[in-house]
Amino acid sequence: MAPHPISEPVVKKDHDLKMSGRALYAADHYPEGLLFAAALRSPHARARILKVTPPELPPGHIYADHRDIPGPNEIPIVNCDTPVLAVDAVQYVGEPILVMAGPDERAVRKLLSRVRVDYEVLEPELDVKTAGTTYCDYNFGRGDVDKAMAEADKTYDEEFETFYQEQAYIEPQGLVVRWEEGKIIARGSMQCPYYVHEALVHAFALPEDKVRVVQDVTGGGFGGKEDFPSNLACLAALCAMKAGGRPVGLFLGRAEDMECSTKRHPSVSRYRAAVKNGRLTALDIDVVFNAGAYTTLTGVVLLRGVASCVGVYKVDNLRVRGRGVKTNTVPCGAYRGFGAPQTVFAVEMFMGHIAGDLGLDPLDFKIAHLAAQGDLTSTSGRYHHPVPLPAMIEDAVKNSGYREKRELCKRQDGRLRRGVGLSLWFHGAGFAGTGERDFIKARVRLVKSADGRVEALASNTDIGQGLKTTFAKIVAHELGIPLDRVTACSPDTDRCPNSGPTVASRSIMTVGELFRRAAVKLREGWADGVEQVFEDDYVQPDYIIPYDYDRCRGDAYATYSWAACVVELEVDLLTGVHRVLGVWGCFDAGTPVDRTILTGQMEGGLLQGIGYSSMEQMKYDRAGRIRNKTFSDYLIPTAMDVPLIKVTLHVEKFPEGPYGAKGAGELPLPGVPAAYLSALEQAMGGIPVRHAPFSAEETLAAVMEAGK
Amino acid sequence: MTYSPPPIVPAGMTPPAEPLMTPPAAPPAASPGPPAPLEFVLNGESAVYAGRGDARLLDVLRDVFRLTSVKCGCREGECGACAVIFNDRLVNSCLVPAGMVALGSVTTLEGFRETERFAVLDRAYARFSAVQCGFCIPGMVLASEALLRRNPRPSPAEIREGLSGNLCRCTGYNAIVEAVTLASKEGEGLW
Repeated sequence: MAPHPISEPVVKKDHDLKMSGRALYAADHYPEGLLFAAALRSPHARARILKVTPPELPPGHIYADHRDIPGPNEIPIVNCDTPVLAVDAVQYVGEPILVMAGPDERAVRKLLSRVRVDYEVLEPELDVKTAGTTYCDYNFGRGDVDKAMAEADKTYDEEFETFYQEQAYIEPQGLVVRWEEGKIIARGSMQCPYYVHEALVHAFALPEDKVRVVQDVTGGGFGGKEDFPSNLACLAALCAMKAGGRPVGLFLGRAEDMECSTKRHPSVSRYRAAVKNGRLTALDIDVVFNAGAYTTLTGVVLLRGVASCVGVYKVDNLRVRGRGVKTNTVPCGAYRGFGAPQTVFAVEMFMGHIAGDLGLDPLDFKIAHLAAQGDLTSTSGRYHHPVPLPAMIEDAVKNSGYREKRELCKRQDGRLRRGVGLSLWFHGAGFAGTGERDFIKARVRLVKSADGRVEALASNTDIGQGLKTTFAKIVAHELGIPLDRVTACSPDTDRCPNSGPTVASRSIMTVGELFRRAAVKLREGWADGVEQVFEDDYVQPDYIIPYDYDRCRGDAYATYSWAACVVELEVDLLTGVHRVLGVWGCFDAGTPVDRTILTGQMEGGLLQGIGYSSMEQMKYDRAGRIRNKTFSDYLIPTAMDVPLIKVTLHVEKFPEGPYGAKGAGELPLPGVPAAYLSALEQAMGGIPVRHAPFSAEETLAAVMEAGK
Repeated sequence: MTYSPPPIVPAGMTPPAEPLMTPPAAPPAASPGPPAPLEFVLNGESAVYAGRGDARLLDVLRDVFRLTSVKCGCREGECGACAVIFNDRLVNSCLVPAGMVALGSVTTLEGFRETERFAVLDRAYARFSAVQCGFCIPGMVLASEALLRRNPRPSPAEIREGLSGNLCRCTGYNAIVEAVTLASKEGEGLW
């Protein structure tokens, strides 16, 4: 099948600006009269605030606390339990208590250090297994798990654990807010301008047209700039309210960013399985996500976690429980994969362990249980579209030499040992359930000027993934006009319709299709020499099995993107140090809207997954503090860490996506730890791995304990 | 006594009426008076800086000279987003005290982008869509330049080593390594 012409790579629309250093990010504007704001943050994981004594305020400085908030002291995310500023208690290390601003950032920080806060320090809840508050509790399944367990030849029971992962965008969070004639104008680094808009409207009790949010060029997000910029915008806006029209910038330093912003939820998953006649007959899964101190996005993150918890397999008897539990730690949030990496890790390792016990290669056992088109998903929806995994597995196996290497690695001795591992996964494409129809109601707009140039207006942000280019490509292709006649805007809530957030790998698949359909309307109604405007709104496809949120039943996703990944690595048994030799990924995200951009997304996501498998270690201590909060001690991969990343693209067209495109951004990450750590298991001579990431120190300890 | 350093004047510019930024916190009373202006070459032109010598070069380049291609990602010398070329060496400007650049030469992307070598790198980066969020790019481009000056025909492994001080979270580095490989071929004779 010939590739679709839209997949042909182009020079990215924002290449020149960014390559030449002319692109202006949040901190690059230097507006006249800029004041710098910074928050006083709690040093305690849990405490009552007894008394706050601010220092005398020097002239030209601003102080604000919760009493200054004009509306409710709430940040609307999914729920409204996150306060803008603490009132009489703090729930995690880093929770903001008050905010100050002044013309010199260092002077503001010095002033903050002179605020006296009297606390009554309380015992924090830090262990998800004993914590008392459950934010969400999903229960679903099908068949008869107990019967299958009773009738099994053998049952298995394992617990898997994952820890934080920090998004580690290279541009720290930051934005600038000013009040202008009763209107808040916020601009900065963000994924979802309408989230920030909603937060400001809510906390400042303003009508919608009195808040304007503009996205600046944004230096990476990966989920970390989904909901968190709302918190910062409210803090900066409080100072701006008192600044007499002067702009107020709030820019986080790296350590403050790593300590206080959201990250991937730590998880504990217990998996039990029944096997009869060599076949998996039942899965009983209990997943617990550590939400942190407030609910933020945990309910939806966990929904994706449990929807992904059986992996790409078919299982008749299934029981799933998923809980999001409160602890006195930084609220977790969105990070590429959004709940799926935790459960995909667990199910892939578990399947591998069962296979090993049955004397089978993990791949053969996995292939024997693959779901196919028409089969039930975990939430008893359907895989409505073809499942291309068999062909993709063949591709990944062939490119990596998985079978030969796996066989060779069985017989080795000496200090350096190699291993090879493979994992399979899907990523549910787009928003969960019927969210697009019921909550998002996306709209896009095309504005054609009299001279025939077209501007594509939506609220989806280009945060590096290339939307300015790919949106424009879709519109230009559909109109049959040169790409340089089409521009995709930088979102501005004053002029862009709300096409929903830049999350869930939905932008191309869902919003891109709206642009394509709007472009069809424009093409058909095209009139030379006049300005024309066309819009398009989301309509849910007919085949969808409605999703019941209470029972977790129905189609969690409109369709699925697919992945097969092989990792080969070498372990030094004397030091425990891992060295990745190669990573091979085969990905199906439907038709690439740009082959090079899509490949870049896959490569970048794979490397983040490698980090999540190994070096990206972040935990909190017994006082609830994250101690490694800089790039000196939270390590992300450099160019030297993985010398070989090989991506191939499989195309299984999605009929409802633009030219067959489906969700892509999150696809490359979720299964990488399982491939990596299966390879590590083999290199360690079969020592099981049950948590991710797995460090060199842990490797050494495991090898020494096993006497290898 | 309040401390008020003279405004800092980039070469060839009219002094602004007010300091462009409020100066850093006043030094202790015992410290000497305003430091002597410091001369250096910035992007090929002579420049004068009259602020504190212990200010970070990063802050001076951004806040004083408004060279905003120099990005701040960590302020501890780990990410490389603030990398500039100082006397032919790639340095993280966040770890360089401004006083060190006296009589030396500093090149940021604002200067380097005017060169033919940049044009070659520009085409190569474009060809592989090696620019995603773009925040690491100014440092990455200068790291590419510093590498190619040292080693005009680097192997992929040497490129990976040469760029290993610059963190990129978006690309997985493949596209950047391919771009530098292509640039080293296309720019034959330039480095």
